[in-house]
Amino acid sequence: MTYLADIAALARKDLLLELRSRDTVPAMVLFVVSALVVFNFSLPADSGDLAAYGLLWVAIVFTALLGLTRAFVAEREQRVLDGLVLTPADRSTIWIGKGIAVLAFLLLAEVVALPAFALFFEPVDATLVAAVLLADVGLAAVGTLLAAMAAASRARELLLPLLFLPLVIPIVVGGVGASVDDDPARYLGFLVLYDLIFAILSWASFEYVVTE
Amino acid sequence: MALAFYWVPDAPEEGFRQRIFYIHVPVALTAYACFGWAAWKGLRLLWTREQHHDLESYTAVHMGVIFGILTLVTGSIWARTSWGVWWSWGERQLVLFLILFLFYSAYFMLRYSTEPGPRRANMSAVYALFGVVLIPVSFLAIRLAEGLIHPVVFDRDVGENLATSQLLTFIVCFAGMLALAASLYTNELTGKRLDARLRELREALE
Repeated sequence: MTYLADIAALARKDLLLELRSRDTVPAMVLFVVSALVVFNFSLPADSGDLAAYGLLWVAIVFTALLGLTRAFVAEREQRVLDGLVLTPADRSTIWIGKGIAVLAFLLLAEVVALPAFALFFEPVDATLVAAVLLADVGLAAVGTLLAAMAAASRARELLLPLLFLPLVIPIVVGGVGASVDDDPARYLGFLVLYDLIFAILSWASFEYVVTE
Repeated sequence: MALAFYWVPDAPEEGFRQRIFYIHVPVALTAYACFGWAAWKGLRLLWTREQHHDLESYTAVHMGVIFGILTLVTGSIWARTSWGVWWSWGERQLVLFLILFLFYSAYFMLRYSTEPGPRRANMSAVYALFGVVLIPVSFLAIRLAEGLIHPVVFDRDVGENLATSQLLTFIVCFAGMLALAASLYTNELTGKRLDARLRELREALE
C-alpha cells in the first residue's frame, strides 16, 4: 500500500531531522518543566489540589503550540512544501506524516512532564495518562492542519496561537474533566469523539489547505 | 426591522427588562445562521472552485461576527439586569458563544495575513467549516463542564413557555433580524464586488 509507505517516509523524514538537529523536543521539554515551576508560584497557597491539574493541561496545550510552531518551518524555508504537494502522493499523507511527528515530539515531552508533575504537584493515575494520550492525538491532528495554514500566511508564529486556542478548548475541558471528575469515562468518551470528528475533518480538508 | 421594534411593547408581562430577550435571542440565532451560511459557502467553494463563493463566505463570517458582538453585548446587558453580573462562566450559552466569537475573529486574522488568491480562499473555507463543526463539539464540551443558569425559554420548563402573543413577537423579531442580516449581507457583498471590479478596471488601465 503506497499510501502507508508515503506516510511512513514522511514521518521518518521528520523524525530523522529532529534526531539529527535536536532542537524542537529539548525546547518543548524545557518549556513544560519551566511552566510547571512557574505554576508553583502562580497558584496561591490555599488553592485546591485540583487546580494543579488544570494548570497541567494549560502547560500541555502551550507545549504543543511550541512544537507546532516549528512544525512547518523547515518546509517553508526550503520550499519543501511545494515539492511535497507536487509529488503524486495523496496530500493527506503530508498531514498524517507531519501529525505523527508532532505527536511523537509531544509524547516525548510528556514522558518528562508527567513524572515532573507527579513530583511537584499531584499524583498521576492511569486515567490521566489515557486522557493525555487522547488529547495528544487531537492536538496533533488539529494543530498540524492549522500550522500548515499559518505557514502560508505572513503572520506565521503570531497566527497559530489565535487559530489553535479556540479550537482546542474542548480538549482542555475533556482533559481537565477526566483528571478531576469522579466519573472520567464521560470526558474520555468526549475526547474520543473530538479526536474522531476533527481528525476526519482535518484529513479530508488538508488537501485544500496546501493547494490552490 | 422597524416593525420588529414596534411590536416589542406588545408583551410586557414579565417586566420591562425581559424585552431584551426579543433582541438578544434573534441576534444570537442570526449570528449562528450567518456562520452556518459561511460554512455552506465555504463548502461550495471547495466543491466547485468557483471563486465568488469565497467573497460570499467572507461576508457571511463578517456579518456573523458583527451579530456576535451584538449578542455578547445584549447578553451581558440582560445578564446584568436579570442576575446582577455582567458575565458568568458557569453559563453555557455565553461561553459557547465566546469561544465561537474568538474562533471567527481569528478568521479575520487568517485572511488579513495571507496573500489574496485561491490559497487564501481555500484556507478560509476550511476554517469556516471547522467553525461550524466546533459549534456542537463546544456545546458538548461546555455541557460537560456544567453550568445551568441560562433561562431556557423554549424546551425545559413548560410553565415558562412563551404565551402566544410573546411567541408571535419573538417570531417577528427573529424574522426581522434575519432580514436585517440578509440586507446587510447583500449590501456589503455588493459593495465588495464593486470594489473588486473597480480594482480590476484600474489595473486594466495601467
